[in-house]
Order: sequence, then C-alpha cells, then structure tokens
Amino acid sequence: MTTLIENPPRPVSRTRRILGRNPLGLLFSAPYLVFVIAVFAYPLIYSVWISFHDFFFTAPGFEADRPFVGLTNYLTAFQDPAVIRSFGNVGIFLLINVPLTVVLSLLLASGLNRIVHFRTFLRVAYYVPYVTASVAVVAIWLFLFNGDGLVNTVLGPLAPDPSWLINSTWAMPTIAFFVTWKQLGFYILLYLAALQGIPKELYESASTDGAGPIRSFFSVTVPGVRPATVLVLLVSTVTGANLFTEPYLLTGGGGPDGASASPVLIMYQKGLQQGQPDVAAAIGVVLVILVLVIALLQNRFAGGRD
Amino acid sequence: MSRFQKILRGVVLFIGAVAFLFPFYYMIIGSLQTAPDPTIAGAFPNPANITGENYTAINDRINLFQGLLNSGIFTGGVLLGTLVFGVLVGYALAVLQWRGRGVTFALALLVQVVPFQLLMVPLYVLIARDYGLSDNYLGMILPFAINSTAVIIFRQYFLQLPKELFEAARIDGAGEFAVLRRIALPLVRPALITVVLLTFIGPWNEFLWPFLITKEAGLQPLAVSLANYISNVAATAANPFGATLAGAAVLAGPVVVLFIVFQRYFISTDIGSGVKG
Repeated sequence: MTTLIENPPRPVSRTRRILGRNPLGLLFSAPYLVFVIAVFAYPLIYSVWISFHDFFFTAPGFEADRPFVGLTNYLTAFQDPAVIRSFGNVGIFLLINVPLTVVLSLLLASGLNRIVHFRTFLRVAYYVPYVTASVAVVAIWLFLFNGDGLVNTVLGPLAPDPSWLINSTWAMPTIAFFVTWKQLGFYILLYLAALQGIPKELYESASTDGAGPIRSFFSVTVPGVRPATVLVLLVSTVTGANLFTEPYLLTGGGGPDGASASPVLIMYQKGLQQGQPDVAAAIGVVLVILVLVIALLQNRFAGGRD
Repeated sequence: MSRFQKILRGVVLFIGAVAFLFPFYYMIIGSLQTAPDPTIAGAFPNPANITGENYTAINDRINLFQGLLNSGIFTGGVLLGTLVFGVLVGYALAVLQWRGRGVTFALALLVQVVPFQLLMVPLYVLIARDYGLSDNYLGMILPFAINSTAVIIFRQYFLQLPKELFEAARIDGAGEFAVLRRIALPLVRPALITVVLLTFIGPWNEFLWPFLITKEAGLQPLAVSLANYISNVAATAANPFGATLAGAAVLAGPVVVLFIVFQRYFISTDIGSGVKG
C-alpha cells in the first residue's frame, strides 16, 4: 500500500544498497555514535587495558613507557584488606537496599495507581527526593542523624551509641536506608508505568473468582509487573555498586575506620588521590564483573521464562 | 476492596508522603535557625530563633551566585547537546531506514546500564590529562553531552507520529531535515519538556565527575562547592548546620520548583518507555 508511494520502481543506487534506504539516518546519528564511542566504548576498553599495565599519570603530551604487568594490579588491589572490606560493605548495602527498594516501590506504586484524591500531591511527594541533588539531601541527613540530632532526640535512650553514622555497625545500613529513600521515587515511576499495562479484566476476573486484594496483588500484580521488577533489580544493583557520594560526605570518606567505604570510594582514593590509576582500574573491572554476575543471577531467578 | 481498606491505603500513602517531604521542610526550618535546635520543638518555626544569616554565611564561603552560574552552564551545555543531537538520532531511529539502525538503538539501551564509575579512571586520564580539559566547562559537559534516555524517549514519540505526514511532505519536495524541523518537531513538543526535565536533574545534581575535573573553586558547580564546604570548612563555622542547610536549600530549590511546575510532563509512561526501550 504505502510502499507503492514511497518506493517508486527505480534502480537502487549503490550507496543505498550499502547504507540502507535513507543514508541520511547515519548522518543524523553520527554525532551520537561518535559520543558513545568516545565516552563509553573507548574508555571501557581503555579501562581494561590500564588494569593490565603499569600505568601512572604523566604531563599532557608526554609519552611514558607503560609495560604489561599481567595480574599484578589485581593482586595489589586484592591483597589490601581495605579493598576486600569495601566489597563486603557494598554487599551489605545491596542486601538491604535492593530488596527494600523492590518491595517498597511496588507497594507504593500499586497504592498510588488506584488512589483518586490528592493524586498529584502524593506522586510529587514521593518523587521529590529523587530529583534533588544527593549533596543537598546529605546535608539534611547529617543534621537529622548526628549525635544530638532530631532522630536521636526522638528516640531518646533507644538511639545507638555511638550515633548512626559514626557507629561501625550502623553506618552502612544507615547509608542503605538513606539511598533507598532517595531513589525510591524513580522506581515508583517505573512500576507505575508497568501497572498501566496490566489489563483491568484480570483484576475483575480475579475478584469474581473470589480473590481478595492481597491474593490479587500476588497473583495479578506481581506477575504482571515482572519485566519492571527485573529492570528495578538491575538498575538498583548498578546504582548501588556505584555508591560514592554518600559515604564520601555522610561518613567523612568511608568511616568509621573503613566500615562504610565503597569500592568506588577506594577507587577514587587509590586512583586519583594516591596516583595508582592502574590499581583503581583493576578494582573497577572486578566490580563490574561482579555486578554482571549478580544481574545475570537476578535475571535467571526473577525474569521467568518469558 | 472495602471502604475501610481504601481509607487505610490513603492513610498509609499520606504517612509515607510526609516521611518523604519532612526532611525538605526540616531543611528550610534548619536553614533559618540562629542556633541549631535539634529538639522536637525545633521542628516548628520559632519567631525568636529565625534569621537569614545562614544564607549570608554560606555565601561568604562559597559564592552561591557563581556556583549557581557554573551549575547552570554545565546543565545548559548538556541540555543543548541532548536536545540537538538527541532529536536527530531519535528521528533517525524512528523514521529513517538505514543500515546500523538496530545497532544504534541497542547501544542507546546498553549505555544506560554502563556504570559511569567504571569509566572514572579512563575518562579522567583522557579528558583531564590527554586533552587538558580539567577546570574547563567543556571537560565537565563532555561525558554527559547526549543523554541516552532522552534519545529513547524522542524515538518513542517520533514512532507515534503517523507516517503519512512525513510522506506527504516528502512528496511536496521537502528535504529530510526540513521534514524533521517543520513537521515532526512541532508535534513532539511535550517530549521536549519531558526530556528537558529528565536531563536537567542529571548534571545539576551530579557530584563525582565535576568534583574530579574541577580544582579551581571559581569553576565548580554548586553541588561540588557545597560538598567541599561540608567536608572541609563546616567544622570551623559558627553555625555549620544552618549554613550547610542554607546552601542545600539553594542547590535543591531550582530543581524542586522546576519539577513541581512541570510535574505533569514527568509522566510515568514516557520515562518508563525511555528506560525500558
């Protein structure tokens, strides 16, 4: 039908055969493709290259000899107990943050999806922490959670001693709760989009079959939003593995005594402060491999067979 | 669902909303206190304990105007790059048939899950050392120049436009660029606002990258100078909490206001499709 209009019979030129019907598409996309190669693809490969070489900072334009050193950087990195500890810390973070994020954002989104009154007010309330700068909300949390801040005043004798962020047991969980609160609005948004895709009839037939609200939540909503759940798991894991700003500012650089240091914070300290970019790159490569493994496992167990 | 359950749901959502908003309210209260008051009474405005001094105190240490201006230039550069080049790719992906289209679309999805922090070391080496772009707006903007989520949202919107519109214009002899500018673009205006909102919060709130690349205080975006204040200077200030909260309020203000004004463009389906593809 329309193909007749857009494709009048004429000899196909050679450029069109190679580049497709509208070679202009490639031209329109060229800036973006150059950007992706320059900012993502090349640095990604460069990062792996750095991790296998003796790499150090030099003045611009100065060509230094950078010999291949095999796994030396990886050994240097993982013989350091601080690095091992930071991976353990981010593990604790993910164990608290990821399940809490999935459960809370799904529950809140399904509540928000059905509410009739104050819809806009409620949605905006949940999105506001997400759109605000981490640095700004960190300032508020420092005020709320310091030794004699409002939270401890309210809790009175129940407050932990030493206080939350300077307590080696509580520092990491506090950061995990903080980040969950901060990011939740974004995941609520993803679940709200997914909930639009569940046909109303499914709820109706569940209800005629005698399912109560809890039953229909588990047999209609949860399976219906499964692709979104896979996405929420992936994005929250990647975001969590990238934790930097919160330990840097909330606990004064991963304190107390390294209890809240994250791998990215260690990468910053080793790579840019102590001038060992090769060791930092090795930590980064291991971190990404671990995240990929976790993502694959999540996909395997939460993704189902569809 | 019974009436009782509906009321219960409303109450739970309201309590949750208060928990999400309270810290922001407390930020404003705290930024206006002469002396920090961590008691429960301190969570309510007290005329005897109100001052604007914290705002002048923070301004003396980190020049709020310069910080806002730097954040604005950084964010503006990213917005410009995303709007110009993002629209072009989005259009090419949705409307034009060309070899490499599938790969480009896959790349735009993939890029969104690449952890930026893995790129921290090589990007720092390339941009700060090799290209000499540290303490430079261009160096700040470069890694964020085209937002990939925006590319996907543009594609999604252009896909929804009826193909016949483009065909008619082409038959009338319009070039592809003219079709994009005169026909497609005016029809996707809501997408432009959604993309501006979504892209805005990235660079405005970004801390790690501009922190790495700017050492000169006069070039730092507000998030970076406020963070430096928190980690270095706050301990020596008269009312460190008040001054920090005043800075936080200035940093949070523009985004929160922008977001509330345009919240109806921050629609779940658009952004959901942007992330899912």
